[in-house]
Amino acid sequence: MAQPSPGAKLLSLAFIAAVVAALAGAFAYTAGWLSPDRLSGARLVQALAPAGGPALGHRRNHAKGICFTGQFEANGNGVELSRAQVFAQGRYPVVGRFNFSTPDPNAPDATSRVRGLGLQISTPDGQVWRSAMIDPPFFPVATPEAFYALLAASARKDDPDAMKSFAAAHPEIAAFGAWAGSAPWIESYAEETYNSLNTFLFIDKSGASHAVRWSLKPQAEVRSMSAEDFAKLGPDHLAAEIAARVAKEPQRWTLVITVADAGDPTADPSKQWPADRRQVEVGTLVADKIEAERDGPCRDINFDPTILPDGITVSDDPFPAARSAAYARSFNLRTAEEKDYPRGDAQEGTQP
Amino acid sequence: MTRFTIPQRLLHWLMAIAILAMLFVGVGMVSTAAPKYVPLVATHKTLGIAILVLAVLRILVRLKSGTPPLPRDLPEPMRLAAKLSHVALYALMLAMPLLGWGMVSSAGNPVTLLWGIQLPSILPHSDSLHALLWQAHVALAFCFFALILLHIAAALFHALVRRDGVFQSMAGGTPAE
Repeated sequence: MAQPSPGAKLLSLAFIAAVVAALAGAFAYTAGWLSPDRLSGARLVQALAPAGGPALGHRRNHAKGICFTGQFEANGNGVELSRAQVFAQGRYPVVGRFNFSTPDPNAPDATSRVRGLGLQISTPDGQVWRSAMIDPPFFPVATPEAFYALLAASARKDDPDAMKSFAAAHPEIAAFGAWAGSAPWIESYAEETYNSLNTFLFIDKSGASHAVRWSLKPQAEVRSMSAEDFAKLGPDHLAAEIAARVAKEPQRWTLVITVADAGDPTADPSKQWPADRRQVEVGTLVADKIEAERDGPCRDINFDPTILPDGITVSDDPFPAARSAAYARSFNLRTAEEKDYPRGDAQEGTQP
Repeated sequence: MTRFTIPQRLLHWLMAIAILAMLFVGVGMVSTAAPKYVPLVATHKTLGIAILVLAVLRILVRLKSGTPPLPRDLPEPMRLAAKLSHVALYALMLAMPLLGWGMVSSAGNPVTLLWGIQLPSILPHSDSLHALLWQAHVALAFCFFALILLHIAAALFHALVRRDGVFQSMAGGTPAE
């Protein structure tokens, strides 16, 4: 084997260095290290943190919540829209979580306008349907980028113009502001309507897809009140109330699927569909047991809205993907912080 | 034996593409919250399982077919580096998919690949286990990429500088005169 001349050797070494550098550069670009403005799950989660930093060990948003278990009783009506087993007549086990929008697991109930319900329904075929719904009738903004900008603007407490210029750039926020300002305060998690807001596709047995949104509508009577009266109920009213209520009798919601007409906005959850769209009642959610989150069955569940059974898929709505990325980040962080949110007996003396 | 066998070479180059794609998909998917996040994650899981299957196959083939000897004049430190780096590469080919599969399992998530393929969970649902596996998966991914860069640099060093036939034993052709 002929040895290369010193010149050729140097050239070869330079070539090798160039190959390695090119690969490393492509890797850095792909990882987003050269694009600090790329929106990632990590950046969304960072933007959700309050000024003092996140509550370690907890969900990075909707941090205050309580677990429930129960069943979903499918009536069979959904079978025409989706081949998922969850719509075939039957009873399927459920783990869920009532919560409200806050990064602070100790926030008083009256500090948040947005309440949510995380849901996991499991079926005998091994498939799982997870969903995280909230009670506003539409989302505040049209895109994940706008949601990030909203978080960034509302974090700038020192700049009164930040929210103004955000609202100017994202006029859809006005409708949400109007809802938040005028909607009555509801006294119980059991009386809330929870909406998917995002659009998903149901795939039926023939393979045809139907763009849908869904809502859980309470079977309990809805009692609402002013913000002042709600605040008087106390900082931890919602959890105590739902625990006492479910202990007395199971609470129920009707799962209603709304089917889009051609041309309805499927990619923008800030836009409601017209009220006359076809609605199909596919079953009843029953919550029959409440448990505190700390040692409860919902604690370790990531209610990732892209965890879907065969027969449901994401649509052109960009939010489920963005939420999945952010939820995964939140889950990865909080499961690595278990010591900051200790379970069981370990909690004594460590809570503020 | 001066060359790897044809099946070994095919496996090597197929896996080279798969593993590099895997590492790029991995860092790419966590860098984005765009709609492609969902298919990227599904691709990552599917490709990971494919690599695991190929790695097992490849180790079996290697046990059966053996490897061509390193050049006799290769200095001892390089010989040791070659041996150790290959042990590490094989270990990572097996460990990374298993860590990923374990991570999804211990998160309590269904293990769903492309085309709706469902795999069983291989570990119980556990926060502490998930945290450990996640951290290991991320840290070892960067080690894996660094090791692959080293592997490529060494291969090219054999091809262009030492011209000792090591590169050709996997790539084909004859050393440059």
